[in-house]
Amino acid sequence: MNVLVYLVPMALGLGLAGLFAFVWSIRNGQLDDLDGAALRVLSDDDLADSEHQPRS
Amino acid sequence: MSGLHVLPVKDLSHFVAASDGVAHLTLAVEGINCAGCIGRIEKAVAALPGVREARVNFTTKRLSVAGAESIDPSRVIDTLEQLGYRAYPFDPARVGDTDAQHGKQLLLCLAVAGFGAMNVMLLSVSVWSGNVTDITVETRDLFHWLSALIALPVAAYAGRPFFQSAFAALKSGHVNMDVPISLGITLALGMSLVETIQHAEHAYFDSAVMLIFFLLCGRYLDQAMRGKTRSVAGNLAALKAETARRVEPSGELLVVPAAVLQAGDRVMVLAGERVPADGRVRSGNSSLDESLITGETSPRQVAAGAQLYAGSLNVSGAIEMEVVTAGQGTLLEEIERLLERAFAAKSRYVQLADRAARYYAPVVHTAAALTAFGWLVAGASVHDAIIIAISVLIITCPCALALAVPAVQVVAAGQLFRAGVFLNAGDAIERLADVDMVVFDKTGTLTLPEGRIVNASEVDPDTLERAARLALSSRHPLAVALAREAHDRKPFAETTESKGEGVRAVIDGVEARLGSLAFCGLANSGSSHRKGSLIAFRRADETAIFEMRQALRGDAEATMRRIVKMGLAVHIVSGDRTEAVEPIAKRLGVASWFAAVRPAGKVAFLEELKANGHRVLMIGDGINDVAALAAAHASLAPISAADISQAQSDAVFLGDSLAPVALTLRTARRAKAAMRQNLALAVVYNAIAVPVAMAAFVTPLIAAAAMSGSSILVTLNALRLRRTPRADQPAADAAMQPAVVQP
Repeated sequence: MNVLVYLVPMALGLGLAGLFAFVWSIRNGQLDDLDGAALRVLSDDDLADSEHQPRS
Repeated sequence: MSGLHVLPVKDLSHFVAASDGVAHLTLAVEGINCAGCIGRIEKAVAALPGVREARVNFTTKRLSVAGAESIDPSRVIDTLEQLGYRAYPFDPARVGDTDAQHGKQLLLCLAVAGFGAMNVMLLSVSVWSGNVTDITVETRDLFHWLSALIALPVAAYAGRPFFQSAFAALKSGHVNMDVPISLGITLALGMSLVETIQHAEHAYFDSAVMLIFFLLCGRYLDQAMRGKTRSVAGNLAALKAETARRVEPSGELLVVPAAVLQAGDRVMVLAGERVPADGRVRSGNSSLDESLITGETSPRQVAAGAQLYAGSLNVSGAIEMEVVTAGQGTLLEEIERLLERAFAAKSRYVQLADRAARYYAPVVHTAAALTAFGWLVAGASVHDAIIIAISVLIITCPCALALAVPAVQVVAAGQLFRAGVFLNAGDAIERLADVDMVVFDKTGTLTLPEGRIVNASEVDPDTLERAARLALSSRHPLAVALAREAHDRKPFAETTESKGEGVRAVIDGVEARLGSLAFCGLANSGSSHRKGSLIAFRRADETAIFEMRQALRGDAEATMRRIVKMGLAVHIVSGDRTEAVEPIAKRLGVASWFAAVRPAGKVAFLEELKANGHRVLMIGDGINDVAALAAAHASLAPISAADISQAQSDAVFLGDSLAPVALTLRTARRAKAAMRQNLALAVVYNAIAVPVAMAAFVTPLIAAAAMSGSSILVTLNALRLRRTPRADQPAADAAMQPAVVQP
């Protein structure tokens, strides 16, 4: 049963890591705009302005 | 900037909230619907002087701007308008909604409870499988202690919503659902701790934490549903926030939010604008459309000295008025008085879940006490009797009961949300399901709130588009009706408006005019056969005459038939004249109609129906309907309704179609049936589980299986609502595509 010595802390540690990641994402506003995040990935804001096609 | 309605001087600083030297501004933006919109808006606004950050929230359709205190809301709004978006600033008091904070708090509790439930269950499953094989007492104790280490802090943190609510209820001398919940959790944890110390075989840490997790799921769903509706309602409120042109002592005109007007202020009201506050005419002549206030559709002529009511629409000329009562106190005193009375009546409705909870606590606690007593009499030790009694409390803990109603509400509200119906009140679905009679207002409810261009299909599409885009630059009611036909929502640049005649612009090098027939040189064009109000468009040889009329909502007849088919009686009660109400009632096949009814008369009518044992659904939009909306058992208002009417109704529906009314009623009925089934399921579950627990057959494993099983069962039953029966489909489609039919 010595295996428990590191298995139990590992299981708890992984769980806690997930919890902290989730709490961080709530506090950081990551979940405030769920629909927007899906669309932001499509925007070309990393391109230089000359390459950017203005659509307005 | 183009268009007469944008004045050079605008004071919107009222909307900027400053904290720690950083100014914040939140705007509701219309028309954000693609990835390109997000980038375009953020880039343009961030480039403005003084702006540090601009961020679009696509989910809520809001833009938040942070920057130096000098940021000018009107420059942000103008920038957005140039991009083709209309933006409306929020009142800072409304943005700091505590509701979102509460939602976040619940989500945090839910996350912690979820973490705890998973890890404790991991340990519990090991113990359960060890108990039937070869686990040593030492290992089991270690696992129980580890469970306690996780469960106790998790319960202390994630259980706070229940403990706080239970404590508050006890302090005020009441018992609510959270009292037995808190008691159950505390006892389960306490007993498990004692058992662990005594090296016992069973501990209920997993049950306690899982219970908290399931209950929080129900709470969070409930909260999320209302939060979503509220955020839409907040945007709509901002869209409708009126501005006023205040005449400064210097004679200059300043555009200010109507909320900051004070008695004694002088205000200019142009044609096509609404009167921002109650007051008197100082100078000018005009006719006013007061249909929102009285239901009367023919305009009233006003001259200097005449009384003005907030919300009436100035149809023809510009007037200067003096504010007598401003802000929230602008409504007729009579209506407010009626409102208070109606409110008291409505709050007496007891929700289904609360009624169930009322029986729950005494029954469960009596059962637990009887169990302990019974086992003592039968010769069990005090320790065993108490353990068994506590296991009864644990297994009856109301997971399924707590999820039964919120799960259904979330599914039903989500369905209505997609069909353009937003619920205002938490218990709206239950009350809507109860109604057996529907009372309609006429103006703005059965008919469309604004006039419609009825001959748009006869005009060449390109001409129509050009005319409609030109109409965007004018606020004359006829132009506003025409502007709705525009596909491209960007007004032409460099338009000029000639007062009382029309607007002009140069389109592709050719001058175009939109306005009266004479203004466009079409006075003798032989359009005398048209009965509605006319507006003409001319661009060289390209001409068109548009006709605007009050139109019945496109699917009013079909919806009326559906409502009657559902077994509901229908009445029409209108403040308008008999000649205006009769043809509409005839056309819709409604035999019971009343015209020229005052607000108090509407309430009296509803009270009479109520006294006869009917539960009435009131559907209305005007300020004259407010008291009736509040007095009815349930109420609905179209999105075009006056703010105060929306605030009083249980749900608000979008669009030009009346189909959402039938859809709402049908969904509410199905939802209530599902709620009943769910409560019945919870009762059946308890009827089976309680005797088993009383007989001391319950182990932590059985408790865990029973709890999650019953919770999943009620959730699945709620999800059944999503499967729309065939009869509802046409209604949902019609709600998306409003059709216009001439009366």
